[in-house]
Amino acid sequence: MREITGDALEDIALGAAVLGTGGGGNPYLGKLMARGAIERRGPVRLLDPDELADDDLVVPSAMMGAPTVMVEKIPRGDEVLGAFRALEAHLGRRARATMSCEAGGLNSTTPFTVAAELGIPLVDADMMGRAFPELQMCTPTLHGVAATPMAIADEKGNSAIITTVDNRWTETFARTLTVDMGCSAMIALYAMTGRQVKDACVPRTISTIEGIGRAIRDARARHVDPVAAVREVTGGYVVWRGKVADVERRTATGFARGEAAIAGTGAYEGRTLRVAFQNEFLLARDGEEALVSTPDLITILDAETGEPITTEELRYGFRVAVLGIPCDPRWRTEAGLGLVGPAYFGYETPYVPVEWRFGPGGDRS
Amino acid sequence: MTLRIGIDVGGTNTDAVLMDDARVVAKIKTPTTEDVTSGITAALRHVLETSGTATGDVAGVMIGTTHFTNAVVERRRLQPTAAVRLGLPATAALPPMVDWPADLAAVLGDHHHLCHGGHEFDGREISPFDEGEVRRAGADIAGKGISAIAVSSVFSPVNAEMEERAAEVLLAEVPNASVTLSHEIGRIGLLERENAAILNACLRPLAAQTVAAFRRAIAELGIAAPLYLTQNDGTLMSAGFAERYPVLTFASGPTNSMRGAAFLSGRKDAMVVDVGGTTSDVGALTHGFPREASVAVDIGGVRTNFRMPDVYSFGLGGGSLVREDPLRIGPRSVGYRITEQALVFGGDTLTATDVAVAAGVAEIGDPGRVRRLDPGLVRAAMERIQGMSEAAVDRMKTSAEPVPVIVVGGGSVLIARPLAGASEMVKPDHFEAANAVGAAIAQISGEVDRVYALDALTREQALDDAKAEASGRAVAAGADPATVQIVDVEDVPLAYLPGNATRVRVKAVGDLTLGGRTDDQGGSRA
Repeated sequence: MREITGDALEDIALGAAVLGTGGGGNPYLGKLMARGAIERRGPVRLLDPDELADDDLVVPSAMMGAPTVMVEKIPRGDEVLGAFRALEAHLGRRARATMSCEAGGLNSTTPFTVAAELGIPLVDADMMGRAFPELQMCTPTLHGVAATPMAIADEKGNSAIITTVDNRWTETFARTLTVDMGCSAMIALYAMTGRQVKDACVPRTISTIEGIGRAIRDARARHVDPVAAVREVTGGYVVWRGKVADVERRTATGFARGEAAIAGTGAYEGRTLRVAFQNEFLLARDGEEALVSTPDLITILDAETGEPITTEELRYGFRVAVLGIPCDPRWRTEAGLGLVGPAYFGYETPYVPVEWRFGPGGDRS
Repeated sequence: MTLRIGIDVGGTNTDAVLMDDARVVAKIKTPTTEDVTSGITAALRHVLETSGTATGDVAGVMIGTTHFTNAVVERRRLQPTAAVRLGLPATAALPPMVDWPADLAAVLGDHHHLCHGGHEFDGREISPFDEGEVRRAGADIAGKGISAIAVSSVFSPVNAEMEERAAEVLLAEVPNASVTLSHEIGRIGLLERENAAILNACLRPLAAQTVAAFRRAIAELGIAAPLYLTQNDGTLMSAGFAERYPVLTFASGPTNSMRGAAFLSGRKDAMVVDVGGTTSDVGALTHGFPREASVAVDIGGVRTNFRMPDVYSFGLGGGSLVREDPLRIGPRSVGYRITEQALVFGGDTLTATDVAVAAGVAEIGDPGRVRRLDPGLVRAAMERIQGMSEAAVDRMKTSAEPVPVIVVGGGSVLIARPLAGASEMVKPDHFEAANAVGAAIAQISGEVDRVYALDALTREQALDDAKAEASGRAVAAGADPATVQIVDVEDVPLAYLPGNATRVRVKAVGDLTLGGRTDDQGGSRA
């Protein structure tokens, strides 16, 4: 167990944007809210999963909705406590700790507010090892953990408990309620035992993103390449360097869909990488060849500063490095790929793990 | 004949041009004075006298100024300000000025009030407007003796009604209140828009004084023509509008240079390199306007989401120090003291300008004073200057294709050869006064940034609605309807939502109609 103070949040938010793979919501607001809670209540204790007793109750918490709405209708701040308390009341038990649903984007820092306000620890783990857009897209689903009973609450004081037959239905119901709540809501779901957290979640990812953020900050301070620093600390690969030549966005149900064309520079001169996104970057193609695809992480960094760039910020002219980072191995199983593989998002590309191409012996290594 | 005077007041120099339609008739570069206005008066007098122009023939005076940006950066002459936000029960987690630098928040007093109200993305009310609550906030503000107030309301770019009602209540409650409404200034993004509104509110007294001084300066010379200030998107606002919206002048300097470069060179899609005394700015022109920065922009440590030109600044200018072993150029500079300290002016400091003179690419000062510089050093320094400029242009280019590069600014003598990656290199006549030309030729705009729910509307209808409104706003601000065109359309579907909402941003611009207007008309969002 160690303590997270306000200073560490800067690194955590920066690292979370890297694992946000272009989506997941901008961690800036989450960082400010967590910082406020820590200033009021003191540091958050970060609990290693191994420190959990098998029968401890862990209740993950998150924000749900549209990032574009959240930057305008900022939360009241304690609605996430409302959701958390509502689920505890429904379960008739107090939680030992809370946890992040996703290590990428805004939701990496949301549960810090819960932890600080309630004085409970945050488990150093998450349910994806990255960011994904739908509630059922998490490793506990692969382990048969039910998302419900789930609590959802808004800033007005409304809350609801949802019970569904599977985690896809949870997503459907929660999404509808979120729209009624003004497109931003706070949720508590996937209540798990300590044993389930150890078996079904991605361990130590809060430490991972803190390390990523720290690596970028250190590299900038020492005037060395922050992109290389991210590559080293994530075990990823630089799959492209270039300049954004075009960004095409399409209106499509519920998603900021589109494709960015990145004209290669240096070793990539003369060729164009096309990166398709649906909130997150999901598929990177060089001509017809898929270089990286979901569930592996595709993250786009400013080539000079190492600052992660979101799909909404992406504009032509940006000089970028594209990284491919291996995902949690569970995403590479048949069930994992069924949940978050290229086909689920409508791409016909077969999935090939990023290190097969870029690792030792790969044709792009 | 339409005579216009364009003036750009920079930190170092004040540039002025007198233009007869598209022709530069007279120009002058003078040092910016501490009081700003005496420098402006001197510049005005010079261009009028050298061209033999009668003051009655001047149809408009356009001023670009860094005055208000500097006030924020230096935390000087800012008014204590109260922020009133409508949005409870939402938004309480992050009160106004939450992420401001402590010294700036302290200067403004960190007074804020959270009230009920605000709207959802689809136009529903978050909670009803509570007049009594706003009146109590007003009484508290009045009790503190504060008159500068910024009002923000959640989703006010979609529905501004509550901000306007709050302003009415506050104006009744607070003596001499000066109220800035966030929807008139910023875009979606509550904290950033609210920050811009607060900065605007705290600058208003300074804006009133500054604009009054500008007015006096032109009146003293007998010029009766309307006065305009340039905005950061390269368009104009009337002096009366500028008194109310000083923040819209932020970063207008680089914008004016780029617009002037486009005008003087006749190129609408190009890269512009503006070499000043201490730094150079590189930006991209698309359709004759600077490409906008898409990320949050920091002003004096405060996050805002203005429409700012996407400019890359690097430390190369005419006054940049040149040091040996190892060779270094800039970022330190002798700045405006170049005429005392550079070798060619009899000083003892080796500057980039001295190197250019020694290399034979510029004729400035006394070339005899740099004749004995080591030719190897001169060659290496010129190569470095070339390399720095090429890297900066390459960084800002939008594709690998060679593009035209326009070089302007007083320090542009440093760039002697065509830059790599340039399809052509243009150094137009009057390059050193491009910023003042950009001010003189500035157009007038109207803008819309709104979230449309696509239940009753198609996407095309939403875009058409936004375009019509933007054009209407441009005309209302003084644009000639025949010249109004849509220069920017962007729509971004809202992520993680069932597909029924999209955020549309549209900008329309047109030529300013001059003649018979008072200077209280005009302004993009009046």
